[in-house]
Amino acid sequence: MRARVTVYPRREILDPQGKAIHQALERIGFAGVRDVRAGKSFEIELDGGDAAAAERLLAEMSEKLLVNPVVEDYTVELLPGEPS
Amino acid sequence: MKCGVVVFPGSNCDHDVYHVLKHVLDQDAIFLWHQDEDLRDCELIVLPGGFSYGDYLRSGAVAAHSPVMAAVRRHAEAGGLVLGICNGFQILLEAGLLPGALRPNASLRFVCRDVHLRVERDDLPFTVGYRKGEVVRIPIAHADGNYQDRDEALDALEAAGQVVFRYVDAAGELADSANPNGSARAIAGVVNSGGNVLGMMPHPERCAEDILGNTDGLALFSGLVGAAAAQLGAGVA
Repeated sequence: MRARVTVYPRREILDPQGKAIHQALERIGFAGVRDVRAGKSFEIELDGGDAAAAERLLAEMSEKLLVNPVVEDYTVELLPGEPS
Repeated sequence: MKCGVVVFPGSNCDHDVYHVLKHVLDQDAIFLWHQDEDLRDCELIVLPGGFSYGDYLRSGAVAAHSPVMAAVRRHAEAGGLVLGICNGFQILLEAGLLPGALRPNASLRFVCRDVHLRVERDDLPFTVGYRKGEVVRIPIAHADGNYQDRDEALDALEAAGQVVFRYVDAAGELADSANPNGSARAIAGVVNSGGNVLGMMPHPERCAEDILGNTDGLALFSGLVGAAAAQLGAGVA
């Protein structure tokens, strides 16, 4: 089972990296960018193929280590297929 | 007072803190290793600055789950003194022993310079050596020192008097130009509700000896030593 956990700063929290990237996009000519949040993602391979169990485990991993819930939000996606 | 300085892989201010406690203040100081599960009867635990575990994931996030931190948590919950400086502050937040979080500096730069701090409380073991409202000059050196939390959490923190140090100008006034990292409400250091766990970004151990040209940080450590001795005296009497 493969999964991706995406972590990004909460909307109400100042995100200096996202702000700098936003400004850089405008500087090189991309108009109309409303907001940029800079986060990170983790690709995780798990033993077993039970989707519900995997989602529970990934949520627990996120809450315990991958995410700081004070300032970050996250999403979990299960990915199709085997790793290449 | 028996003091334990925790060494994580990547700590780099451990010897500075040890030196102040052991050689400047003549205390019984030892190093504790991140894999230790026993604090060996230390009354004060210091989590020093550095880049524990390379600051991978988030500053302090991996260290917060190391074996020694389970013992530090028990020590803190039993009312024991814990001081986290810089990376140590980041570890205490990631461990949930203090509220809030430290984000990358608003400037996105590593900032290394002296700052002015206003001492907001002088009734804690960490600050009995200062007077409330006193302005001290202490160096900072960090990339992730931007203290943030939800507005209602910040309001609660202020109402409970848990903000201990704030970045100010030399006159002791709040100013954007005096806030080196974008911290909400210019917060430089906070204490837990029990008053026994303090986290701060500035480095008092780097200004605690005449030879360093600044001794503004010494009162934090000497105050702690005095407070611990007074507590012991009261316990005996």
